[in-house]
Amino acid sequence: MQRLECLRAIYANLDDCLVVSIMGAVACELQSLGHRENFFYLQHAMGLASSTGLGLALSLPDRKVVVFDGDGSVLMNLGGLTTLARYHPRNLVHVIFDNESLLSVGGFPTATATGTNLEEIARGAGISRTATVRALHEFTAAFESAMQADELSCLVAKVEAVGPSGYVTDLALLENRFQFQRHIAKRRLK
Amino acid sequence: MPVSQTNSRVVYSALKNCGIRLVSVLPETWLVHLIRMAEDDPEMTLVRLAKEEEGVGVSAGAHFAGVKSAMLMQNHGFLASINGIVSFAQLYRIPLLMIVSYRGHFGERDPWQTQGGSVTEPLLRALGIPYAFLDDPLTVEKRIAEAQTWAYASLHPAALLLTRQLMWEEPR
Repeated sequence: MQRLECLRAIYANLDDCLVVSIMGAVACELQSLGHRENFFYLQHAMGLASSTGLGLALSLPDRKVVVFDGDGSVLMNLGGLTTLARYHPRNLVHVIFDNESLLSVGGFPTATATGTNLEEIARGAGISRTATVRALHEFTAAFESAMQADELSCLVAKVEAVGPSGYVTDLALLENRFQFQRHIAKRRLK
Repeated sequence: MPVSQTNSRVVYSALKNCGIRLVSVLPETWLVHLIRMAEDDPEMTLVRLAKEEEGVGVSAGAHFAGVKSAMLMQNHGFLASINGIVSFAQLYRIPLLMIVSYRGHFGERDPWQTQGGSVTEPLLRALGIPYAFLDDPLTVEKRIAEAQTWAYASLHPAALLLTRQLMWEEPR
């Protein structure tokens, strides 16, 4: 299963939620499918995408928030899973693309390549709605069900360690950041 | 515990009067009363963190959502948050308001706090983060309000250092 095909399969479901993506391949591939003003790409600060999602979800309980995370980023902020579990925002879906690799910096293996199980860590942290998926149809079904659920969900998608050839896009970081904030403000006024 | 409840109340009221409705915290001795006040306040969203750096993300998310927030932490928590501060709050121009208990400076008896105490201000300066001291209950509200005003005008983090003079009532 490839991350890009996962993103493509659910792209149509992302028009009404707030999306926070980590840096690197995830941000690049999501943009390659078509940037939207409700997508925020955290192009550094590894580990903090889920914390950003938590801040959004707690502040905007009526909007669905989707975080696209990665194994390398989650491993840098495992404590953040316990914070997510503690507040268990019902409007947050946490997707972790696990390619067992730090792909953008040489493809070195992360600890998930040697047996660390992120779904079990999430469950152990106290998140009860979790899944690990390995095939595209499973991913699509699990994501759609998480989007329908009124409960914090953590979905670990095991994907191949492949990605784009480069990571810089023509969307400036600050342009993205202000556009995202303005999108939320406009929605709040409606 | 000789942490000033009166002055903690002054700080808490100042945060409320600045419109702050979300605080992320990691407990430390000087913050106990402030955290209890946030716990007891139905208007405040309290986010208890596992590690302080998470608070940068939480505050950024709250900011995008139009909610004013602050991080309450010890200076060692500031040290633990520096990558998040640099590569999120500064990189993405987030008006992050940090209320930092300034442990390990003059008067500190706990040996383990002293190293962090001596690098706190040099690091804030090195990062280009403006800061002010909260050392007098009469000026607390004004200083917090001014720091917040600056943070929003410049879209940049700002820090307020909670000092021993304000927070600690030495038993005689």
